Amino acid sequence: MQPDQPKTIPTHGVIPAKAGISLSAPEGDSRFRGNDAVDRGAPGGRARGGWSIALSRPVVALLVLGLLAVISIVCFMTLGAKGSWNFVLPFRGRKLLALCLVAYSVAISTVLFQTATNNRILTPSIMGFDALYVLIQTSIVFFLGVGALGTLNPQMQFGVEVLVMIAFSGLLFRWLFLGEERSLHLLVLVGIVFGILFRSLAQFMQRLLDPNAFNVLQDTFFASFATVDASLLLVSSLIVGVVTVVALRLMHTYDVLSLGRSQAINLGVNYKRTIVIILMLVSVLVAVSTALVGPITFFGLLVASLAHSLVGTSNHKYVLPAAVLLAIVCLVGGQTVLERIFAFDTALSIIIEFLGGVVFIFLVLRRAAR
Amino acid sequence: MIVAQGVTKNYGSACVVDGVSLTLPAGGITSIIGPNGAGKSTFLSMVSRLMSMDMGTVKVDGLDVTKTPSDVLARRLSILRQDNHMTARLTVRDLVSFGRYPYSKGRLTIEDKQHIDDAIGYLNLVELADRFLDELSGGQRQRAFVAMVLCQDTDYVLLDEPLNNLDMKHAMGMMKLLRRAANELGKTVVLVLHDINFASWYSDYIVAMKNGKVANQGPAAEMIQPKVLSEIYDMEIKVHEIGGQRISLYYE
Repeated sequence: MQPDQPKTIPTHGVIPAKAGISLSAPEGDSRFRGNDAVDRGAPGGRARGGWSIALSRPVVALLVLGLLAVISIVCFMTLGAKGSWNFVLPFRGRKLLALCLVAYSVAISTVLFQTATNNRILTPSIMGFDALYVLIQTSIVFFLGVGALGTLNPQMQFGVEVLVMIAFSGLLFRWLFLGEERSLHLLVLVGIVFGILFRSLAQFMQRLLDPNAFNVLQDTFFASFATVDASLLLVSSLIVGVVTVVALRLMHTYDVLSLGRSQAINLGVNYKRTIVIILMLVSVLVAVSTALVGPITFFGLLVASLAHSLVGTSNHKYVLPAAVLLAIVCLVGGQTVLERIFAFDTALSIIIEFLGGVVFIFLVLRRAAR
Repeated sequence: MIVAQGVTKNYGSACVVDGVSLTLPAGGITSIIGPNGAGKSTFLSMVSRLMSMDMGTVKVDGLDVTKTPSDVLARRLSILRQDNHMTARLTVRDLVSFGRYPYSKGRLTIEDKQHIDDAIGYLNLVELADRFLDELSGGQRQRAFVAMVLCQDTDYVLLDEPLNNLDMKHAMGMMKLLRRAANELGKTVVLVLHDINFASWYSDYIVAMKNGKVANQGPAAEMIQPKVLSEIYDMEIKVHEIGGQRISLYYE
């Protein structure tokens, strides 16, 4: 089987990079590659060897992640269910939909943001979206009083939050058109500065609040899936669906963009337009997920890095689904642990950061040992 | 033929490229030489649409580079620069495959694969084809990038200082290869070079830039002259004829 190894998906860009090295075949199989270079796959990206496609590393990683995601979803839906399934399933299903929507948004937005900025340590949250959300919430309490948080129409609040955040990113994109090569870095830097401004403004107002109001306010700073409005879920799903359609149409440019600006232009990508569209998609995704449950983009970095190292290639065809599945495992699995083991005693972010940190250290150590 | 007219680029009040009008002939190797800060790389970046120009036009075979769709140009003209920072982790073959993107948008056909194999073979990368770029030496990586550009199969190949970081052997190999590409494949190769002896030995046509302007231009034999070179570089440069080739000496 090993000699067939190279005959996997030869689509553009990343041919299953380390096909088989870790999971499917002995280490040495790479010496078989190259001999049958011409044979590397049939036209149109179809693989010839059925086995080798099933066993190439990215595919195995996706299968394992998919299995884990299904397990966590099943656990989430069934564990500790008392009473009528007719009640339990729709009730938990709504929460599950919120978790999956947010997982999807965070994963896709982080991976695309890193591709657009050609940088693996940035996340959209660095652009100040989280801080803006906190500022909006603080302003509501500060100007309208603490009661407003509960009484405001949730649809309207959601709409306003999404619009303000998208308008903010639109404002940021101005900087993308000022310079040329470094304008993307300028954009990110301006985003960071705005983030600090928002945070300081919010902190200033929080200091002037009375402690009780602050307590209520602070509750909204942590992502919460328990109180998601059903009508908001529908709207969010629609928005995310539209974003997905646009994102899929650009799918073939992502790998080229990860070669950097000059190579992307050289290869005929309409760079500025593509980057603006990607950043717009990213800001819509971040705005929706933040307005839906609160700031949770912190784990996007974790998910994106893990996805890259698990699939072992930079091909977005594998990285994007892997990141989504990982995010679902993190959020749904984490929420299950939160509800069943800790009996809602802690915040989801704490569990994710703990689990994620452990996995991350494990990955770093394993790489160091090799 | 690449025709530049009044091409100008300012950085604030500093004028880096100052109204350059230039016709680069089709076919053969054209070298752009000149001292640091002469605007050579900036000019090349504007010709290849990596950088916008403040004034002027550049036409490649009659196509205005600022108005023609990028993907149309990508099948006519390719550019390789020195700063190839990328986050993607790729094998040599992956990288070379990207050269077919302008044609197949990521869905490789049999013809594309043939081009990829040809380019890999042309640069003697067959043994390295499945190695990752970060496992290669500087010279090997440079060859991989040139393979990608050749795989792009454009009539015009623009290279910004392709000999940077290469030792003598690899620099010579690279120039021989470009010479072959020009002769056998009929490419028009435009290079920015610092080593005037490489320019003398391998180019057909030389353009000299100084202070953002074209200081002089002409066939290599006419350009590699003590008087011409000394004026361009503001230093004394002697030229000796050795084995029918003009070699400049300036180590004094």
